Amino acid sequence: MAGLQTVGSALPALGLVAVAVLLSLYERLDLEKDIGVAVVRSCVQLAAIGYVIDYIFGLDSLGVVALLLAGMVLFAAWTSARRAGDVPKAFLIAAFAVGVAAVATLGLLLALGIVPATARYLIPLGGMVIGNSMNAASLTMTRIRDDVTEQSLKVEAALALGATSRQAVSPILKTALQRALIPLIDATKTTGIIFLPGAMVGMIIAGADPLEAVRLQIVVLYMLLGSVSIAAILVGTISYRSFFTPRHQLMPNPGEGSDTSVAPHPGSGSPLSRE
Amino acid sequence: MASAGIEISGLGYAVGGTEILKGVDARMPGGEITAVVGPSGAGKSTLLRAVNRLVEPSSGEVYLDGEPTSALDPLALRRRVGMVFQIPALFGGSVEEAVLYGARLSGKDADPRRLLQMVGLDASLRWRDPRALSVGQQQRVSIARALALGPEALLLDEPTSALDEAARRRIEELVTDLNARLGLTMVFVSHDLSQVERVADRVVLMAGGRSEGEWSAEEFFSAAGERARRYIAGRD
Repeated sequence: MAGLQTVGSALPALGLVAVAVLLSLYERLDLEKDIGVAVVRSCVQLAAIGYVIDYIFGLDSLGVVALLLAGMVLFAAWTSARRAGDVPKAFLIAAFAVGVAAVATLGLLLALGIVPATARYLIPLGGMVIGNSMNAASLTMTRIRDDVTEQSLKVEAALALGATSRQAVSPILKTALQRALIPLIDATKTTGIIFLPGAMVGMIIAGADPLEAVRLQIVVLYMLLGSVSIAAILVGTISYRSFFTPRHQLMPNPGEGSDTSVAPHPGSGSPLSRE
Repeated sequence: MASAGIEISGLGYAVGGTEILKGVDARMPGGEITAVVGPSGAGKSTLLRAVNRLVEPSSGEVYLDGEPTSALDPLALRRRVGMVFQIPALFGGSVEEAVLYGARLSGKDADPRRLLQMVGLDASLRWRDPRALSVGQQQRVSIARALALGPEALLLDEPTSALDEAARRRIEELVTDLNARLGLTMVFVSHDLSQVERVADRVVLMAGGRSEGEWSAEEFFSAAGERARRYIAGRD
């Protein structure tokens, strides 16, 4: 099997992983197990997707491409929802946001004729869009969840002044969206100066014309900016609602008693017998 | 500013199967300062939050000036019943912005200079960053912010618990002074009985999610209220 040998020839690079494992052992970071899992998973997953892509290229069917992308969206939503833990309906929110981001950006690239409608373009670009949107969705949801919990008194103070849930949560929403978008904006600003993006490096190593690699990299960066913004904004404007009732109240947190004065009173019988 | 009386009837609130309020009855007459006292966990803060519907009562009713509040839009209700919290939680980059936060949301005209004067702050502070003020001054700003909406009643949830003794006294004086000048109905949660004696006209005692009695402050601090006072002292 020539394919397996091709993939297998990457294995000597494992020596580099040993450096990370040694560092972890030496500094007692307790990361060896995680590194091990990551190495095995990445190898198996990449090899598998390599075969899948190879197979799909052979089929040359856009329906199969769409199915594969849909599967990736669902897996991304599942990952994001696990990260966001107790955010209600996290899976549905993430699936919607990542799905819309993928359809909108890939659709635009196709509609404008920037990339051809072939598996060779759609699968890798779709993977990047979905992966980055997934990260933005997770970051936005967890940030909103943490801030609403941590700043519940501020949120209530705004509500008490007649603010709607949306108005009360708007500073939190702003921070969450900034946090989700700034890394990508900064990476886009410094690209080509501080680092050469992975896709471009790959193309140049694979022998492509550097200018063609640059053209595609520009498409990739703009596509990522668009999709990540769409995903973060959708997640933000939908997920905050999970923390409020329709009557502009903070959703009560059963069993947590964030406010000590509302914690159930132990032995709460009537202390003053009425005469 | 009008001053509306508040009447609470059979008010219950449960969350996740835990009953926090178990049928509270209480009267907070218009124009008076009513202190809500009781051990921690009695449901005092929750009771206040049920009055302006920051929490949704599961049973019973709160009447504002005789009007059932369950029939009101919660946002409109909150503009009529102001609230001051344990910490100031001010919004905006200047004291003026902080004072006008609620008024601007509801498109109300308010004069920040007059409001600051009402709470004993110099009008020249209005361009300052609120974070540069002392906590006591910030708490005054948060009272001015509540007054900016022209409320009919003001709920104060342990407003002095984050303050030192001197600042605490000044807030107490401000509360009694505003009550006297505006005739504003006030409901004041406190666990400090000496503070209650200095501030309140009436006292409502809560314990274990129930109201356990109401007194005029005079009665409460006379022989008649001794058992209740001993009870609170024993629990805190």
